[in-house]
Amino acid sequence: MNAEQARDQAQENWRTLTRLSIVAAGMFGFGFAMVPFYKAFCDAVQINSLVERDAAPTNTQVDASRLVTIEFDANVRDLPWRFRPLTGYLQVHPGQLVQVEYEVSNARATPVTGQAIASFGPELAGRYFKKLECFCFSQQTLAAGETRRMPVVFLVDTTLPADVNTITLSYTFFEVAGKS
Amino acid sequence: MSAVVDSHGHDHHDHHDHHGGYSGLMRWVTTTNHKDIGTMYLWFSFMMFLTGGAMAMAIRLELFQPGIQFFNPDLFNQFITMHGLIMVFGAIMPAFVGFANWQIPMMIGAPDMAFARLNNWSFWLLPFAASLLIISFFTPGGAPGVGWTLYAPLTVQMGVGMDLTIFAVHLLGMSSILGSINIITTILNMRAPGMTLMRMPLFVWTWLITAYLLVAAMPVLAGAVTMSLTDRHFGTSFFNAAGGGDPVLYQHIFWFFGHPEVYIIALPAFGVVSQVIPAFSRKPLFGYASMVYATSAIAILSFIVWAHHMYTVGMPVTGQLFFMYATTLIAIPTGVKVFNWVATMWKGSLTFETPMLFAIGFLFLFTLGGFTGLVLSLVPIDIQLHDTYYVVAHFHYVMVAGALFAAFAGVYFWFPKWTGKMYDETLGKWHFWLTMIFFNMIFFVQHFLGLAGMPRRIPDYPLMFETWNKISSIGAFGFGLTQLLFLYIILKAIRSGEKSPEHPWEGADSLEWTHLPTPAPYHSFENPPVLK
Repeated sequence: MNAEQARDQAQENWRTLTRLSIVAAGMFGFGFAMVPFYKAFCDAVQINSLVERDAAPTNTQVDASRLVTIEFDANVRDLPWRFRPLTGYLQVHPGQLVQVEYEVSNARATPVTGQAIASFGPELAGRYFKKLECFCFSQQTLAAGETRRMPVVFLVDTTLPADVNTITLSYTFFEVAGKS
Repeated sequence: MSAVVDSHGHDHHDHHDHHGGYSGLMRWVTTTNHKDIGTMYLWFSFMMFLTGGAMAMAIRLELFQPGIQFFNPDLFNQFITMHGLIMVFGAIMPAFVGFANWQIPMMIGAPDMAFARLNNWSFWLLPFAASLLIISFFTPGGAPGVGWTLYAPLTVQMGVGMDLTIFAVHLLGMSSILGSINIITTILNMRAPGMTLMRMPLFVWTWLITAYLLVAAMPVLAGAVTMSLTDRHFGTSFFNAAGGGDPVLYQHIFWFFGHPEVYIIALPAFGVVSQVIPAFSRKPLFGYASMVYATSAIAILSFIVWAHHMYTVGMPVTGQLFFMYATTLIAIPTGVKVFNWVATMWKGSLTFETPMLFAIGFLFLFTLGGFTGLVLSLVPIDIQLHDTYYVVAHFHYVMVAGALFAAFAGVYFWFPKWTGKMYDETLGKWHFWLTMIFFNMIFFVQHFLGLAGMPRRIPDYPLMFETWNKISSIGAFGFGLTQLLFLYIILKAIRSGEKSPEHPWEGADSLEWTHLPTPAPYHSFENPPVLK
């Protein structure tokens, strides 16, 4: 290789080096450019942004947009008991936790065991009436002449159909035979 | 033009007069000769290999039994981090740059690299970078214990050892980028007349493509660690959610570099194996053109698969699927290459000297590692296996049984050309078989650990993982000792090895074998060879 060829070679080499150095520098800039790219991509694809404020906590349990009337009814069947609700009716929101009490008295001179059975009007409302605690879950034994107040804790499910505005909760106490 | 081009004749002793006038240490400090620089890269990489290996021994020592016996968890984390950084950036990459420096000019008929002084500087950056990494152990807080991937936000909390590591990464990146610019320029501009691109040895092709990958990917790593540096000290919030940034952004930027990086490691290994297998099969490489295209396809695809390292960060399914499909696609050109190597051996006249043993070992074990990579590329499976020992097993198969075995094959193969001496073949075979057995003892059982759920990067583990960990550790101690055998083989061969014949390998037919004496003269191809 003569001197002129060597100079051309060197020039060509420097040209290649310059081009490659620009590529390297460009890729370094690309690394930094990835920061706004990342932001833009996440926004475009709607992936969770850490910068967005979380929605304020809202109560999704209670449906405050409607009121439902609950009527309380009490019956006995062949039982010497006086049985009545302490509250005749209540207006509640679906999802709202409610507690009411019933009062029962044993008029007989001996202990009596009874079992309360609940029924609903309209009948379909039973599916949406959630009892969390109820005296109807177990047999109740009253001593002679005893009077007792018993609670029912319930809530009306928020999926109650819109055309049901009144629910009647009706208990009937039956004697449990063979317990005295 | 005569085929013998060193106008000072064959006398092997008078090349000592041409070392730029310097002798001793200054010869090595100031050399611009690609052979000297290649030698320095190779010795440096071997020293780093032993250093990183010592850390691996410490890791496996702690993991030998459940419980914390030797190192507190903080120091253990430093070991696993530095083991990774030193092996990747200090051992494997410089080893293949050493091969590139020695071989590329000789294989294309060029007298030296395009920028000989830049070449010197590219090498000498490395010992400084390595020193920064080692020194970090002795700073308050020690070396960073964050994993070699240097994820934010943990890196923002580390001590000054992290800053040293960031600067080391800058220097290592600078060295790689400058070296790659040198390699590309040399290959594109300085081939001998008649050496068209499609006549180049495949080793040169793989380095050309690797060098492009390096130029494109390394600066991105530099950007990522620079952002970590400014987050640490200059009040930026690239990766800090409280300041409007995102830790996951670091992972994206890192792995955009990180995935091309693993192909940067693998491709030169492919190139070495593509030289060794044809030589010992006494047959030309099967499917030369498809090898070139397959390597290019792997390189291009490597830029669009990065998030397969990130399937569990909360990416939407669409993103996961895209990266899954792209990653499984890379298996195709890789498979082409494996089939071509096998086809090269098919009906070849095979002999099994040490370079060929390592090349065949590579063929089997790299393929195994490729299979486990395919398993990991599948999103539902990776959700289970991410950050378990299955991943550790996978990448050690491809990087150790892949890249390191190829490097061993290359050293044994080209040793006669470099030194004019022959290594002890019996000892070489011992080195191969012991390495093969111990390697599999370490890493095959780690697949089971990963499938059973053992996480990675932990110094202690539940009792149920004890058996495989014991076996793995025993394999590690054996493997480590075996590499000292390799050192002995090399030193013994250099000092007192038998003189190598001119053509020690019958089937080797690239320019350095056909047109240069053995050992290669200090200055070769000062006049370009005539190619038929």
